[in-house]
Amino acid sequence: MKYIARRALHAVILMIAVSVLSFLFADLAPGDYFSEMRLDPRMSAGAVEGMRSGAGLDRPLPVRYIRWAASVAHGDLGWSLAYNGPVTPLVWPRMGATLLLTGTATLLAWLVALPLGVWAAARRGTWRDGAVSAFLALLLSVPDLLLAIVFLAFAVRTGRFPAGGMTSAEFPSLGAAARVGDMARHLALPAAALALGMLPVLARHVRAGMIEAMDSPFALSARAQGIPRFRLLFRHLLPAALNPLISLFGLSLGTLLSASLLVEVVMGWPGLGPLFLEAIMARDFALALAVAMLSTAFLAAGNLVADILLYRADPRIRLKA
Amino acid sequence: MSRRIKIALALAALGLLHAAIALAGWLAPYGFAEQRREYPYAPPTKVHFTDRAGHFQLRPFVYAIEPDGEGSYREDRTRAFPLRLGVRGRLFGVDEPGVIFPLGTDSVGRDVFSRLLYGGRVSLLTGLAATLLSLALGVAFGVFAGYFGGWPDRLLMRGAELAMALPWLYLLLAVRAFLPLHITTLQAFALLIAIIGGIGWVRPARLVRGVVLSGRERGYVEAARGFGASHAYLIRRHILPMTFPVALTQATVLIPQYVLAEVALSFLGLGVSEPVPSWGNMLAEASQYHAIVSHAWMLAPGLALAPVLLGYLLLADALEER
Repeated sequence: MKYIARRALHAVILMIAVSVLSFLFADLAPGDYFSEMRLDPRMSAGAVEGMRSGAGLDRPLPVRYIRWAASVAHGDLGWSLAYNGPVTPLVWPRMGATLLLTGTATLLAWLVALPLGVWAAARRGTWRDGAVSAFLALLLSVPDLLLAIVFLAFAVRTGRFPAGGMTSAEFPSLGAAARVGDMARHLALPAAALALGMLPVLARHVRAGMIEAMDSPFALSARAQGIPRFRLLFRHLLPAALNPLISLFGLSLGTLLSASLLVEVVMGWPGLGPLFLEAIMARDFALALAVAMLSTAFLAAGNLVADILLYRADPRIRLKA
Repeated sequence: MSRRIKIALALAALGLLHAAIALAGWLAPYGFAEQRREYPYAPPTKVHFTDRAGHFQLRPFVYAIEPDGEGSYREDRTRAFPLRLGVRGRLFGVDEPGVIFPLGTDSVGRDVFSRLLYGGRVSLLTGLAATLLSLALGVAFGVFAGYFGGWPDRLLMRGAELAMALPWLYLLLAVRAFLPLHITTLQAFALLIAIIGGIGWVRPARLVRGVVLSGRERGYVEAARGFGASHAYLIRRHILPMTFPVALTQATVLIPQYVLAEVALSFLGLGVSEPVPSWGNMLAEASQYHAIVSHAWMLAPGLALAPVLLGYLLLADALEER
């Protein structure tokens, strides 16, 4: 349990570090939300200054940080200048959308990558293994951006899938089952694009991990004892190969969020990515910070899950802690 | 295939690609900003080898094209223009008023093929330069932290852990957005290299540090230290050369990653902007609704990325094989 507590502490430190660095960095950077207004000849310099102090931007950095931290403690993520409203109701639905998209894509990618990697490793050195490797290398060299655009083109040209958005216009009037179906239709292509981007990296690691496990002495001994091939692969070898894969899951979350940002922007998925882009273009610091904090929380939570899984899967860690 | 052959093949393919892009000024039939407003969204020009009577022509030619009024183009079979080598100081082209667009044109009638070659200069050069920068920083910090240890080492490694946990695209966007948005192309180019390379050095730094940590305990290093060698001498003579293999394999991993970073930033409108092409801002135009509906050739920069990424991937795989 001490192990989990230590990892949780890590996550909290990560969040605090990101928020402090964001404040420092935004303070060092030239300009803020109001600096574009200063160029407007219809606005007097005094009026802009008044609005700045109204938004609390003229206070010293530590004061602003403490005020922000206090309001976050109350569950309020700040005030968006660009939307002229509280940030919290803006970001929560976006967070849900990103979670849905990345969660589905991760599930899809692992569901394909695990059997594919095990299958290829079991046939190491044959033409089938070679074909899988070549296919994965090809897929790995297709940029996520191109995948997203091609899937969008597919949606627009065939008309079988909706192009953009998370729900149809008539969504509120639909029944519960129809709502799920509608969202699934909207989710299908973005999730597939994201999953295809993740698949080759995962499958290559699964294959490499399995091959390493197959070469270990315990695999030879298990085979000598006559354990059936299927049982050997999935019951004995896969768990042994799982440790680095779980770490990979934790480490790849950052890449996943980055890829998700591109897919969200291209395919019009209302997730955190487009909101972040919008916020930083408008220099809406509170909004950008809220998105940054939520995505950091997402990462920290994902890493914590990976740590717990690792703790469950690997007895060595349990004994050490 | 042996490892040597794989490396040679990947290097040859990458060399060809990079040479083609370096020679953009000569290979491209038009300039990157040359507009022909009378030919918006013209499809790739067909090159013919047989004339109307069906006779084979030794010199390939193209027909004049004209808009058919429905957003598409038709060939004017009465006006043929032979393909010529060495026109206007470029490798190939056709005489005016004929036009040749090997990969079609964009919304203002600019040749996509020419822009692809010129755009590759921006995208690939950003990747290469940012890699150099981040390797230089990574080796410097990694050697410093690994060799001297102590609190700078701990600080550096904690910071590296933090930077590596964050999603790189969010980090890039945040850093980029806090810097001035309206700048010249050259400034944008330098800025992209500085940001991408400046953020990316933590991974090579960690790897280099690991090599240095084990390397400084080697017998010959200890011996040199025993003979009274200075820190500067030890680092230059013994420690730095140990880091080169790591730096080399890292380069093959980082270059494609940084090319993609440039593409992503320019795609999102935070990188190099019009009229200078980059594969990113070209893809931004290609992902517009009307472009994806009927102008598939505009996806060319996305497809051009694939062989570049594949080349570096094969090279990295071959280098890692032992």
